[in-house]
Amino acid sequence: MPFQLNINRKPRTVDAAGDTPLLWVLRDVLDMKGTKYGCGIGMCGACTVLMDGVAIRSCLTPVSAVSGSITTIEGLAEGDKLHPLQQAWVDLDVAQCGYCQGGQILSAAALLAQHPKPTDTEIEEAMTGNICRCATYNRIKAAIHQAAGSQS
Amino acid sequence: MPAAEIIAQFDAEMQALIAEVETISPPVTTIGRRSFLKLAGFAGGGLMLAFHFDARTAHAENGTGPTVLNAFVRVAPDNTVTIYSKGPEIGQGIKTAFGLIIAEELDADWKTVKVDQAPINPKVYGYQGAGGSTSIPRGWDQLRQAGATARAMLIAAAAKQWNVPVSECTAADSVVTHKPSGRNLTYGALAKAASEQPVPDVAKVPLKTRADYKLLGKRFTGVDNLKVVTGQPLFGIDVQMPGMLYANYIKCPAVGGKVKSANLDEIKKMPGVVDAFVLDGTGTPAEVMPGVAIIAKTTWEAFKAKEALKVEWDESTASKDSLTQAAAKAKEIAAQMPTPETNVGDVDAAFASSAKVVEASYDYAMVSHQQLEPQNSTAWWHDGTMEIWTPSQMADRGMTMVANMLKLPEDKVTVHQTRAGGGFGRRLANDYMCEAAAIAMKVNGPVKLQWKREDDFAHDFFRAGGYHFLKGGVDKSGKLSAFQNHLVSFSADGKRPVSGGGRSNNSFPTDMAANVRYAVSLMPLQIPCGPWRAPTDNVQMFVIGSFLHELSVAAECDHVEFLLNWFSRPLAKAQGPQQGPPPDPSRTFNPTRAAGVLKLVAEKSGWNKKLPHGRGLGIAFGFSYGGHVAEAVELSVDAKKHVTVHKITVAADIGPIINLSGAENQVQGGAIDALSTAMGLEIAVEQGRIQQTNFSSYPILRMSSAPPVEAHFIQSDFRPSGLGEPCVPPLAAALGNAIFAATGERVRTMPFKRAGYTI
Repeated sequence: MPFQLNINRKPRTVDAAGDTPLLWVLRDVLDMKGTKYGCGIGMCGACTVLMDGVAIRSCLTPVSAVSGSITTIEGLAEGDKLHPLQQAWVDLDVAQCGYCQGGQILSAAALLAQHPKPTDTEIEEAMTGNICRCATYNRIKAAIHQAAGSQS
Repeated sequence: MPAAEIIAQFDAEMQALIAEVETISPPVTTIGRRSFLKLAGFAGGGLMLAFHFDARTAHAENGTGPTVLNAFVRVAPDNTVTIYSKGPEIGQGIKTAFGLIIAEELDADWKTVKVDQAPINPKVYGYQGAGGSTSIPRGWDQLRQAGATARAMLIAAAAKQWNVPVSECTAADSVVTHKPSGRNLTYGALAKAASEQPVPDVAKVPLKTRADYKLLGKRFTGVDNLKVVTGQPLFGIDVQMPGMLYANYIKCPAVGGKVKSANLDEIKKMPGVVDAFVLDGTGTPAEVMPGVAIIAKTTWEAFKAKEALKVEWDESTASKDSLTQAAAKAKEIAAQMPTPETNVGDVDAAFASSAKVVEASYDYAMVSHQQLEPQNSTAWWHDGTMEIWTPSQMADRGMTMVANMLKLPEDKVTVHQTRAGGGFGRRLANDYMCEAAAIAMKVNGPVKLQWKREDDFAHDFFRAGGYHFLKGGVDKSGKLSAFQNHLVSFSADGKRPVSGGGRSNNSFPTDMAANVRYAVSLMPLQIPCGPWRAPTDNVQMFVIGSFLHELSVAAECDHVEFLLNWFSRPLAKAQGPQQGPPPDPSRTFNPTRAAGVLKLVAEKSGWNKKLPHGRGLGIAFGFSYGGHVAEAVELSVDAKKHVTVHKITVAADIGPIINLSGAENQVQGGAIDALSTAMGLEIAVEQGRIQQTNFSSYPILRMSSAPPVEAHFIQSDFRPSGLGEPCVPPLAAALGNAIFAATGERVRTMPFKRAGYTI
């Protein structure tokens, strides 16, 4: 069944069963691998994308329920210009294995859109849905502060 | 075969695998002079390194593109240098570290260096796995030689072109300069001529001393970070091939079970399903266990078909293990200490004359790996070749396993190493690679096998639990004089503890005192166990590090003083004639290095500062997988036993640091991984079935509970050792010692949740 989506500022038409999670539409139908599968039950955050700027778990969002514009990690940068979060992530060498980091960055982007200078507590609350098995949490927090120009 | 035999055989393989991974044999694959005389154009004698083979045979490759100098180094005409990393990047940072080591000796301009993944070709690269924190120490000589010999060839080419002595030339930042005249040429301009130079005798090419380093020890961002943050496909699970199908593989939840019947006809009618079939497997969890493969056009269709699959399992040969029953059994066995395997001095006399005697029992649960990228591999059987893409930690071994399993010659198996979304030891096994290959034999085209998260829980190779019954004696001068342990562990074969379940591999913490009695009892376990980050040490050091604190408290001795005294205890000398090569001093317990990190962590954590009520500081030391590490945990505990960790301080001596940023990341990650596991993680088994199925029942630590971790390094003058594991083992004891300091209550179990603590 065809669905009209808006992904990273571009209209895309996909053919999938309505109950197919957006995660698998992105990965298998659109060949966009940045959004990751970690648990399938919305507990790890690796599948995070933004829907109209709000962080959602794409593994739990059927394609039929998608409304509004979707931003995936591939669409966060504007051409060659990295989002300040992406730049901070590189500057501070945040990633270890890197598998969770796309989801982490998008959750952080949603946070900064609401709280441009977040406190540590606001960061922890916003990021609680994103597991990092390698435990790069110290650096994730520091990178968010760096991108926001805020402090611990 | 009954589960017991299957698991016994599997465990033996796992233990042999770990021993192989941990043993750094004399590095570099070298080839003697005779084989080289066969190669056209080889000048000079001496030893040539296998990675130069590529240069010779790749000569024809050198057209207008990048020039191959050796299997690790290519130089393009525009002066960009491509360095090949031979090991798997699983988050431990070796792709960047390997690049830096070679670039340092090569004197390449790091700003224009690219690091790519090397093909799996052990004949050229040697060992290509990653485990035991051995990547850097094992690659140290080979990688430096790769850079240094390429540099020598570039300088020789320049000297030849200028008709000047080599000794008047120098190289820096990808440029060779003739010092007296100031003439210079880039590596890009020299590469072609350099590749035609005779390969130098490695014994005659000097390597830099630490004083000369321009790169090593500084902070570098990971070479793939830009790709990571922009979501580019890097992981095994991201592989995409034209016409690729998707597979899921369903095995019996109790290991050893076989397929009796399955509703395959119904499954094959489901939308998107292309095929469904039974595999008998090869009889070992290391390769392929019996199960049902579902092949579909998309992942979702495969996962939906899996939900609809109904399998009747023949569990006559399957595990029936219960860990609650084992816990009860351990208590019974505790009092029946068998003949000790170690009996040194006179333990009973020492206890009789001890000023203080402490007895305590400790235990810890089974835990799981749960690397965030679920298991997967993509396989394609075509043109008589099995081609595989995999996030394995040991793809070279996996290649051999697949060749043996499919009865193919090794040159008919091609393996591509992808990045791995975490390994933690789980990916030293290659079962997911073997499964993908076995499935691909029955699929026309490439097929990606993806495990669901639930499969990773059901089919992990676990870290076993264990039970310790300890007794220690402290003499009048406050020193540990007698130590006794009855370890009740699990066994797959009834003869020795399971993989990761035995006594420590290192001289620490054996040789505890002048009088030691150590006995081991075994309980059968038919659940596959495998290496979990810092095997053996990850539990042993919790027990020993906590018990040593119990002893120092009983002796009313400052714990740091107690440990410093204990470090200088005489170690048992090896009995009889020495077999094998002498122990590597850089990977041997060293009391000076131990004291160094302990004193540094005491200083940096503020040991002996006054803390308010309910707040405590705990310290522990570990020597594990080549690293001397001391850790301090400062925390508060409230009335409901909720723990807030304010700070973890780590002091580590792993010799020279390669990438300071990467090293700090490993310290932080290792300490917090240990905290997460010690506080709240546990695997339950009943009727041979793993009870946890996803993260809702296995609460990996999240950011709100993650404390700041401060890393300090002592860069002693030894060969570098690794950092993937050493920061894990000391944490749990430091945590328990801190809780004791804060509350007066001793935690003798992991996870600490069992004792009522939360984080």
